[in-house]
Amino acid sequence: MRYWVAGCLALLTAMSQLAGQAGAQTTSTLDTVKARGQLQCGVNTGLAGFSAPDDAGTWKGLDVDVCRAISAAIFKDTSKIKFVPLTAKERFTALQSGEIDVLSRNTTWTMSRDTAAGLSFAGINYYDGQGFMVKKSLDVVSAKELSGASICVQTGTTTELNLADYFRSNKIEYDPVVFEKLPEVLAAYNAGRCDAFTTDVSQLYSIRLTLGNAADHIVLPEIISKEPLGPVVRQGDAQWGNIVRWTLNAMINAEELAVTQANVDQMKNSKNPEIRRLLGLEGEYGKAVGLDADWAYQILKLVGNYGESFDRNVGAGSPLGIARGQNALWKDGGLQYAPPIR
Amino acid sequence: MKGPSKPPSPAKVSRSLSDYVYDPKTRGLVLQALVALLLVWFVGSIIENTIRNLEAQGIASGFDFLDNTAGFDISQTLIAYTNTMTYARAFLVGLLNTLLVAVVGIFLATIVGFGIGIARLSGNWLVATLASVYIETLRNIPPLLMLFAVYFGVLKTLPSPRDSLELPLSSYLNTRGLYFPAPIWGDGTWLFLLGLVAGLGGVVLLYFRARRKFILTGQAPSVAVPAAGLIIGLPLVAFVAAGSPLAFEYPVAGRFNLKGGLVVQPEFIALLAGLTLYTAAFIAEIVRSGILAVHKGQREAAAALGLHQGQIMRLVVIPQALRVIIPPLTNQYLNLTKNSSLAVAIGYPDLVSVFAGTVLNQTNQAVEVILITMSVYLLLSLLTSLFMNWFNARVALVER
Amino acid sequence: MAVNSEPRKGPPQRNSIGIAQWVQENLFGSVGNSILTLFGLSFSVWLVWSVVDWAILRAVFTGSDGSACRIEGAGACWPFVVHKFQLFMYGRYPVEEIWRVNLTYVLALAGLIPLMLPGIPGKLWLSIYMLVVFPVIAFFLLTGAEWFGLPNVETEKWGGLLVTLVVACVGIAASFPLGIILALARRSELPLIKWLAIFFIEFVRGVPLVTVLFFASVMLPLFLPENVTFDKLLRALIGVALFSAAYLAEVVRGGLQAIPRGQFEAADALGLGYPQKMGFIVLPQALKLVIPGIVNSFIALFKDTSLVLIIGVFDLLGIVQQGISSDAKWFSPQTAATGYVFAAFVFWLFCFGMSRYSAWLETRLDTGHKN
Repeated sequence: MRYWVAGCLALLTAMSQLAGQAGAQTTSTLDTVKARGQLQCGVNTGLAGFSAPDDAGTWKGLDVDVCRAISAAIFKDTSKIKFVPLTAKERFTALQSGEIDVLSRNTTWTMSRDTAAGLSFAGINYYDGQGFMVKKSLDVVSAKELSGASICVQTGTTTELNLADYFRSNKIEYDPVVFEKLPEVLAAYNAGRCDAFTTDVSQLYSIRLTLGNAADHIVLPEIISKEPLGPVVRQGDAQWGNIVRWTLNAMINAEELAVTQANVDQMKNSKNPEIRRLLGLEGEYGKAVGLDADWAYQILKLVGNYGESFDRNVGAGSPLGIARGQNALWKDGGLQYAPPIR
Repeated sequence: MKGPSKPPSPAKVSRSLSDYVYDPKTRGLVLQALVALLLVWFVGSIIENTIRNLEAQGIASGFDFLDNTAGFDISQTLIAYTNTMTYARAFLVGLLNTLLVAVVGIFLATIVGFGIGIARLSGNWLVATLASVYIETLRNIPPLLMLFAVYFGVLKTLPSPRDSLELPLSSYLNTRGLYFPAPIWGDGTWLFLLGLVAGLGGVVLLYFRARRKFILTGQAPSVAVPAAGLIIGLPLVAFVAAGSPLAFEYPVAGRFNLKGGLVVQPEFIALLAGLTLYTAAFIAEIVRSGILAVHKGQREAAAALGLHQGQIMRLVVIPQALRVIIPPLTNQYLNLTKNSSLAVAIGYPDLVSVFAGTVLNQTNQAVEVILITMSVYLLLSLLTSLFMNWFNARVALVER
Repeated sequence: MAVNSEPRKGPPQRNSIGIAQWVQENLFGSVGNSILTLFGLSFSVWLVWSVVDWAILRAVFTGSDGSACRIEGAGACWPFVVHKFQLFMYGRYPVEEIWRVNLTYVLALAGLIPLMLPGIPGKLWLSIYMLVVFPVIAFFLLTGAEWFGLPNVETEKWGGLLVTLVVACVGIAASFPLGIILALARRSELPLIKWLAIFFIEFVRGVPLVTVLFFASVMLPLFLPENVTFDKLLRALIGVALFSAAYLAEVVRGGLQAIPRGQFEAADALGLGYPQKMGFIVLPQALKLVIPGIVNSFIALFKDTSLVLIIGVFDLLGIVQQGISSDAKWFSPQTAATGYVFAAFVFWLFCFGMSRYSAWLETRLDTGHKN
């Protein structure tokens, strides 16, 4: 009897102690990250060009580079990151519960997410939109011709809804086939189960590669949704939000100023005041967000500018070969426009 | 966990504290009280935490979301559904799809499983070996991979909609599914249905009469011809009398797909085939051990009575084997139902895909959605178990 | 199951009948039999030919990315598996630390093999080693022990077969005590405890593992106090252990029911308390009876681990899917099929081995019982 009581009491105490660890975590995210010596970054469980482990198991991708850049700015090291692969369902819970410090997982910036759910978007690292791919042999040139077609779609937060909205507003009937994972959607499309395949345009291009002869498939001109993708942080820590936002801005500004991973050391001799401010040679811009003066130099040295990251992960230098398009700098007719550092 | 195993102690004049401590009944009560306390504390703190977390994260709670517009489409709907209907309706569509594949799957898996189980015991070495290769391969790979193999195997073999395979009765088969004419019932259908019901009733009556005669006299009158006459003839007469109230909507070629008619989707076929083949491997092993459990003397006695091989199996061996087979068979039925939740991988809109997938993603109300989903599966399992227990009680050995 | 329990099966016994006679008797005994044989034969030939054609004749064996596999009519894309082999086996476990995983495997085998084979003495010590010593060593070996010079390896770096094995083994080991407690509780005479056990067991057995894992991944963080998080792999392990405990409880209950009443009564007569009665008399006998059932539960769990993917933990199948879907370098029409076939083969190898062992054990235990 005594043992039972003692045992139960011990269990109770242990549990209440576990619960007692809660609360009292009001320190800033930056301090927490520094104390931990590691950035916890939520990424996609696997999305070509955005976040995926290579043959050696190293995480690579456009979203992954955002994490690496933040780590470079804080630690002057791109390896002090714990990548937490997240599914669409768990991503926000993981951020809110403190499991991750920043969510860089091709997340669409929407009003409800930015306002209601305790999240805050810190910028846009990829302008995307939902589109369609069809077999060339069907002689379809517009999504409006897809009346009565079977359309393969991956189950997700917005893709299915956009599809339904678009066809309903255009009064076209269609036949959806919904899969959980990309390889299955693709294999089904390839096997002729569907006439068209819909997802974000960025992926449509990469997907063509898996289909054997890429020239047999075309991407239709209609973009049926706006999908601005960007990193997300918890609401309520302005300093941390600034770090993430300006990390991204620094990468974009660097591209505009033609500062690259290769020439960043030479650029330190540049007379251009904008470059000097970016590299921390003039002003105390790093200090304002709680970082060292050379924060942006570290990002560029260790990760590179936005254009380089784009090119090696999703652009011409990658198997995906996606054109810059909307993601070109504003000077080149795109949408990427970062506020100046001054 | 001390049961009152000691004999009841005789009445005592006075009991000291230690008597209470060592009394099994008191111990039991205290233990249960402690467990109950722990449980209440545990559940209470979970609920409190959940409410606080939901508030902090700005997630709505409650079941109101079920009345909101779903806004997404579902490929296979057994009841009318459009994307302007509610989440509750979408839930119903998913549930019916799960039920459909589970019920048909259980039916088919039983047949295939019995077939392979018997083949495994075949005197033909090649057949027996193939059966055991089948069993040993399928039992030892994850069902998910099995589904992939079947689905993409099915898609690869079927022709594209432009050169559909033409089947009899204006039916077509292609990668979009099996199309057949949809019946459109006109006025006077009730007369046909009446004929059908009357025919069925007649057959049941016929069967019981024949059975009584068989028990009384040992002669089994042939009921096949009159039964066929009743079940086909009666509705036919009624149908003609009502003025043939039936038209068909035939599938016709559209730009992309065949339009019109009824369609059985390839996802359904593949999921059904995958679950059937996978579960059949387990059922086959159960059937085999059930048959082996029937004593050899039973077969020999049956053979001595002059029954031929088929009769021995059907009348003597299987009824006895069923007693061993039913309990583990129930488990397989439950497994099949639960494995149908893998459907989302191959694009079949079952409950998990539609409700715990799309609806959960859209509403973010994980607690409610998962609770509902779990309850549904639990209910299905309980119903299956109840039915199988009833069936088991029927076939159980009645000792006289 | 053992072939020798059924007559007229397997290869002929040389001394008694000739090959021709065996073929005639076993394959062409009657018209129906001959048709079956011919049908079976042509099916087997077709099956073997398709496999050989795809996996060997038309297969691509060399290449450092998917381009070699993108040619028309190519079969299996084996370079994909070759280049990703380490990823598939160990996940992103640091290369220089992989010896620790291998050492863990060796230590596990060193304990398991003698334990599984009958006739090797010292079973008690081996059990203690496997249940107490090995888990501690394995824990520190795999996760790291800085004080011992082993750098920490976070569980998010684990993956592939390693995770499959860890989830299945820890799942079954952790569910073992829980399963026994549940089984005993279900037979308890205390109503509250009995009904709690029944509720838990029937609840878990009634729902798919997917929903249990959803529960562990999406709902568990909601149940915990704010800012308390724990490891994802641990979350998966908790889900899996609770799930398999319910199944194991039923297996153990079967064993308990098989123990004759006399054993309970004899223990009572000796004046043993409940813990002694169960621990020394009943459970040792019951557990021995249910070993095959436990192995079968283990096989089922092993196959089910693939579902942990939904909470972002990459087991063998998960990491293969990740490679297929997200490494643009390897994109080709045959990549998916090759990866899945490889995964299926590895799963089959393990499960088949275990099911053979379980069957063999069953016949052994069977004969032991009859004597």
